[in-house]
Amino acid sequence: MNRQSTSGYHGIPRWVYAVAAVGGLLVVLPLVAMVAKVNWPQFIPLITSESSVAALGLSLRTSAASTILCIVLGVPLALVLARGEFPGQRLLRSFVLLPLVLPPVVGGIALLYTFGRQGLLGKSLELAGIQIAFSTTAVILAQTFVALPFLVVSLEGALRSAGNRYEAVAATLGARPTTVLRRVTLPLVLPGLASGAVLSFARSLGEFGATLTFAGSLEGVTRTLPLEIYLQRESDADAAVALSLVLVAVAVAVVGLSYGRRRNSAEVQA
Amino acid sequence: MRTLHLKTSIVGISVAVGLAGVLAACGTTAPTAAPSGTSGSAQLSGTVTVFAAASLKATFTQLAKDFEAKNPGTKVALSFAGSSDLVTQISQGAPADVFASADTKNMTKLADAKLVEGTATNFATNVLEIAVPPSNPASISSLADLAKPGVKVVTCASQVPCGAATDTVEKASGVSLTPVSEESSVTDVLGKVTSGEADAGLVYVTDVKGAGDNVKGIPFPESDRAVNIYPIATVGTSKNKELAAAFIAAVTSEAGSQVLSDAGFGAP
Repeated sequence: MNRQSTSGYHGIPRWVYAVAAVGGLLVVLPLVAMVAKVNWPQFIPLITSESSVAALGLSLRTSAASTILCIVLGVPLALVLARGEFPGQRLLRSFVLLPLVLPPVVGGIALLYTFGRQGLLGKSLELAGIQIAFSTTAVILAQTFVALPFLVVSLEGALRSAGNRYEAVAATLGARPTTVLRRVTLPLVLPGLASGAVLSFARSLGEFGATLTFAGSLEGVTRTLPLEIYLQRESDADAAVALSLVLVAVAVAVVGLSYGRRRNSAEVQA
Repeated sequence: MRTLHLKTSIVGISVAVGLAGVLAACGTTAPTAAPSGTSGSAQLSGTVTVFAAASLKATFTQLAKDFEAKNPGTKVALSFAGSSDLVTQISQGAPADVFASADTKNMTKLADAKLVEGTATNFATNVLEIAVPPSNPASISSLADLAKPGVKVVTCASQVPCGAATDTVEKASGVSLTPVSEESSVTDVLGKVTSGEADAGLVYVTDVKGAGDNVKGIPFPESDRAVNIYPIATVGTSKNKELAAAFIAAVTSEAGSQVLSDAGFGAP
């Protein structure tokens, strides 16, 4: 399918391939080195220990929850950014994208001063009997904070490239905005939404810094897989490597799924 | 501390000569081994790279400054991290001359890898202390108070030295804690206390001292059941063992011990 591209021109200089190979190696080589370090005879016992299973389960549950939260909050955000017209739109986009480039620790500190016991909202929440610090909710909040931009960027891109011709037609036929959104817009950008959601899930799964700073680390409550790896590294390097491999495998599966989906949908459209 | 420093430097060279030596040293590039010595006031030179546990940051920075002042022509390069991280780095070939660990376990790990020259010397000890926010919101005054319902306690996880010490103290005292979080480092525990998220945390005496007014320390008698010993040794692959030995001698000297005890460390 690549070969039947619209322009038909593929004159990539050979040296570009060489540099690209170096770039690829930079990413792949450390992963290979890690796989080489895995203590295979002990692999299954290491990844099925009680603490490992608790961490993996917590990671999957919290990532699923934060992905749902990303969809609920991110779809309206992407719509507003792609289709809306209002002052401060560009500013809003910059802020929504900020967690992409922010060091996670900074995100954690910011969340702490928002939802922590002494924080901006935390004080009122505490009075209402809601405590977020050291809870699984804190983990989900931290993950949503870092993962939301992935969904917004993917979906906004999909919305822009889809254009709004069909919506305009639907509107002239008398459909209300909510109906247009539900019956036309969302089905059109479903592939973009799906890949955005998958990326958000993957980012949530890998979240470390903000969680460590904001949520703490307790088995089964806040100690997700990355935090478990960080801790195991102190005492049992074999366990840390084995768990890292599990995380890499899950990430590869998730990204592969997303990429495959995007390719398929591209083929359908082409 | 200052008087001690002066006392020791009287033996040596005048300040002016010392300064000249430092200036001259700036010009030399290669960390060549010391011109092996006429005994007594052997002329040391070059750079000694010291890998030290994170909890030694303040004291070793001071000790390095004193060492450089007393031995013109030398430079101390410091690298601080968790002891187990440092062992990993040295095992992977990091160019360290001296290793100072926060526990004997990690020093043993390095010795098992045949990377310790001779035997390690114990130079300091450290015990746990309760750290609370300055206002002490949960009115903590003893270890038993930490087990009260509703008190948010943060500790180190068992996998790291401070967590192992916490386990020992719990067992010895019969107080069983249910922490809201088990962190991977003392710094993280301290962070949860200084930010007011936790009512109390168990950290080292030296951490409480280092945090200044941000936390209040509450010593407890049961802490002597888990005394952490800090060993120091020359790394086997060191290219400047003479200078490494000289730095270790400075740490274990009377002046060095004073710097350490000022920071809250106990004698070995």
